[in-house]
Parts: sequence; C-alpha cells; structure tokens
Amino acid sequence: MTSFQVPGWGYVLMAVGFAAFIALLIAYIVVNRGFKRPVFASPYVLWIIVFTVIPCLLVAYFSFTDPAGNFTLDNFKSFWDANYNTRKGIDPALLQQYQDMGLSLDDLGLGRNPINIDTLVFSLWMAFLCTAICLLLGYPAAHIMADREFRLGPTLVVLFVVPMWMNFLLRTIALMSIMEDGGLINTVLNWLGFGPAKLLNTTAAVQVGMVYNFLPFMVFPIYNVLNKMDYQLSEAAMDLGCNKWKIFYKVTLPLSIPGVVSGITMVFMPAVTTFYISRLLGGGKVQLFGDLIEAKFLSTSLNEWNVGSALSLVMMVLILLSLGLLQKADPKGEGGGII
Amino acid sequence: MMKVIKRFYLALVLAFLYVPIVVLIVQSFNAGKSRAKWEGFSLRWYEELFRDPDIIKSLLITLSIALLAALFATIIGTLAAIGIHAMRKRPQSIMLTLNNIPMTMPDIVTGISLMLLFIFTQVERGFVTMLLAHITFDIPYVILSVMPKLQQMNKHTYEAALDLGATPGYALFHVILPEIVPGVVTGAMLAFTLSLDDFTISYFTTSPLVQNLSTLIYSQARKGIKPTMNALSALMFIALLILLLLVNKRTRDEE
Repeated sequence: MTSFQVPGWGYVLMAVGFAAFIALLIAYIVVNRGFKRPVFASPYVLWIIVFTVIPCLLVAYFSFTDPAGNFTLDNFKSFWDANYNTRKGIDPALLQQYQDMGLSLDDLGLGRNPINIDTLVFSLWMAFLCTAICLLLGYPAAHIMADREFRLGPTLVVLFVVPMWMNFLLRTIALMSIMEDGGLINTVLNWLGFGPAKLLNTTAAVQVGMVYNFLPFMVFPIYNVLNKMDYQLSEAAMDLGCNKWKIFYKVTLPLSIPGVVSGITMVFMPAVTTFYISRLLGGGKVQLFGDLIEAKFLSTSLNEWNVGSALSLVMMVLILLSLGLLQKADPKGEGGGII
Repeated sequence: MMKVIKRFYLALVLAFLYVPIVVLIVQSFNAGKSRAKWEGFSLRWYEELFRDPDIIKSLLITLSIALLAALFATIIGTLAAIGIHAMRKRPQSIMLTLNNIPMTMPDIVTGISLMLLFIFTQVERGFVTMLLAHITFDIPYVILSVMPKLQQMNKHTYEAALDLGATPGYALFHVILPEIVPGVVTGAMLAFTLSLDDFTISYFTTSPLVQNLSTLIYSQARKGIKPTMNALSALMFIALLILLLLVNKRTRDEE
C-alpha cells in the first residue's frame, strides 16, 4: 500500500459499469417520470450478475481453457491422470529417446497416476461415512427431544441449533486442542492407564472432526419433522394394537423421511467440500477433495487455476445432484433445511 | 429405566458437541502453557493477545469489514426485498431462486468463483475484494429477514401514498421503511454476524497480507495451537454466541 499502483482493469470496469448503471437508472426515471417499485431491486440484480452469475460462468470458462485461454479438455483429463500435463509438456522426441533407452513412463515418474480421482472417491467415502454416523447418532437424539412427554426437548434443541451457525473453524480448533498429544483426551487416557495415543493427523481424527462439525445439521431437520408430526397418528396405531417398535417402523419412520433426506444432504454437502477440517486434524496427511481444490488455487508453487476450476465444476455438479435429490424427496421443504 | 438411558444418551451427544468448546475456553484462562495441567487462573494470554500487533490489525480488519459489509448489504438487500416483493410472479420467483444460489452453494465454491473473478479482472486481492465478497454472501440473508415484514404489510398503503401525491422515494422512506424496520435491523445484525463468522470465503478472496481473525487463526493453527489462539478463539466464540442469540431472539419475537 506504500507505493502507488495502477489499478487493474477490473476496478476501471467496475467504476465504468457503476456509472453506466446510475446513468441508465436516471434516464429510466426521467423517461418514465417516476418509477415502479421493482426498480428498487435493480442494484441487487446488477450485483448478482457481477458477483454470482459471472463468477460461476468463469469457473466453467477456466475449466475448459488452458492458461493461454484456448479451449481444451486437458483439465478434465488431468483429473483422471495427475501427470497428464507434465507428460504433455515434455518434448515427444526426448520421451521417445528415453523409452528407446528402455525406461518406462513409470520410471520417469510420469506414469498414469490417478491421484485426483482417488481423492474424490476417498472424499466421497469419508462424506458418506460421516453422513451415516451422523444419522445413527442424530436420529435417536432428535427422536428423544421430539417426544411430547420430554418437556426439556424444545430447550435442548437450541443447543443443537447454535453450533449450526458457529464458526466451523473455531469449533475444529477446539476439537484439535483436546485431541493434541498433551490434550484432555490423552490426559484422561494416561490417567486410566491406556497410555498416550496418537490421535491427531489420522483419518479417524478427520472423521471425528467431520461428525463433530456436521452432526447438528442432521439432528435439526429430523427434529423439525418429528415435532410437527401429528402425534394422534401414533396414538391411533397404538389403539389399533401396534407395539412401540411397530409404531416406529410403520408410522414415525416413514413420516420422518423428508427430515432424514434434508439432514443427509445438509451433512453430505459440507462434508464433501470441507478442506480445513482435514488440514487441521489430518495435519496434511489426509487429503480430501476440498484440500485438492484449495491447493490448486492457493499453493504458491502450483497456481493451476484451470485444473482447480475443473475440480470445482465437478464439485458443483455433485452438489446440484444432491440438491436435486433433496428437492425430489422433500418438495415442500418440510425438513426446514436452512433455518 | 428407558427414560434414564434416553437422557443419558442425549447428555452424551451434547457433551460431544460442547466439551471441546468449554475446555478451550477454560484453557484460555490457564496460567501455564500446558494444556493438561491447571496452573491457576490468569488473564495472561488475553493480555498477550492485545499486545500482538498482528492480532490487533486483524481485529480492526474484521470489524471494519463486518460493519461495512453489513451496511452495504442492508441497503442493497432492503431495496431489493422491496423491489422483489412488488414484482410479478415470474420475475419474482426467478429473483428468489437467484437469491438462494449463494446460500446453497458451498462456501469453497463461492470463494473460488469470486477469486477467479478477481484474477480474471486483475484486481489485486485484499481489503476491497474481501469486502465485496462479504457483501455478496450477506445480501441474501438481509432479503430473507426483510421479506416476511413486507408480506405482513398491507398491500395498498404504498399505492394509497402514491395516489395522495407522494413520490416513490418519499413513500419508500415514510410509508414502507417504518413498517419493515425490525426486519431490516435483524438483517443487518445477521449480516454483521455472518461476516464476523466467515472463514472460507475470506480465505479465498484476500491476500496473506490482509487477514481477518478467522484466516489469521487458521494460518496460526496449522503450525499448532498457541495459548493466545485459545484466548482469541474463546473471545470470538463468546462474541458470536451473544450475537447469534440476539438475532435468534429478534427473529422469534417478530414471528
């Protein structure tokens, strides 16, 4: 900030665009002698176009171009094969020479190395596991709180809602600090005589971190649906001779499906896209899809924005698919997804 | 018996959610450096916190971004809500869908897409870009807070004001705004809170030179947690908790 810098053309464009917008607005008002209320939304329309629509299109644009701006599918090819770009950048004559010497691509470290797809599969698996654990832990909790005879229920739900809005980074750090070598868990383990255990920097630690962060997102929608459910239905089932378990299987569970689906999507989506949970609790040893994207964009040595965009596009498609699934299973939004 | 098991289970799940946070807050008052041993109550780490120029700088950045973002988002969002509310059905539903995009998109994708915008237009990332990003993710929440108030309003008061000779601007300030003020205030508070709370989008839209508290905590935590970071996290937890409870209370009172 000390020396004067020529602003990028983005700033110029923003200034010109803003001036043009104001001019158009004034012209419109003058021509129409006044304006209707929808005009109040025009600044936001402009804002959405510049900061939501265009950026999304840019992700698509960068995914299908090389750094020079030419159309290419290489970014997706390197998705299947991590060394694709390196191999492509090598003089074919030189490569032939090496191969004539009897060296294979693997020997040169250029063999097909499908790290991106591996990471995606691993990430999906971790997210799936996290969703399953959250469902197993969360459903009973929601069910208990939604019980009409449990007076404390509605109060306790607030304790599940608050973490949903809390900074995930801070919560992850809190978890990290009790899992550290000299942290609370290890102190207790020591005291019980199980000796210190290496908790951090493992896949399990990342999984615990994901469940810890996203569990409330499973509990809340399920609670919402169960709470709104007509309790007379289960009373009717009881009158008709169902026992407790049968009521659960035949009445409660089917009626709570919208909440369950809502919970599944709300846990699965952030679980697929997280990157700092794995970085902090996995210590760089556990790499998820989000870490991969982050590295492509922010690691100083790489700056592979094009490949990173392709990865983000894949992630966006995944998200859209799961949102579509949610829409289909819970069309009326009964789960009350986002508060 | 069943009842006891149920309550015990619930207590266990809640303990899982809250023990780490409570431990973190307690540790921040620990006089010693050790995480395991309690060496007496002390505000030592908090004192160190406020003597660290990096942290003070980040605190100022965080607060100014949150205030400015909340201000701009509230103005743009309130106007937008009024406009969208008055739209015909089709454009209205298009606008509401567009409004939902930033809320449903994962933060990392929002962050990256904005980062690409700034790279593409050669805008150097820093304070201004982070502010623009924060306004972007704040506006939808302002609209969602204001919209219910507009729906509660009598449809015809605005038209009546115009018939009686008010200009649209006059009617906006003297007829619509007074009715929706509670929603606007809730929206502004929510925007401020979300902006304080944000990590991921800030992380992608700023440079390492301009850090807010979240990105600062992240870059420090990657190297291991220092006691001052405990103190900082504890302070942020409390601040966010209070803000959230206030916003929640307001939303509930309005309903």
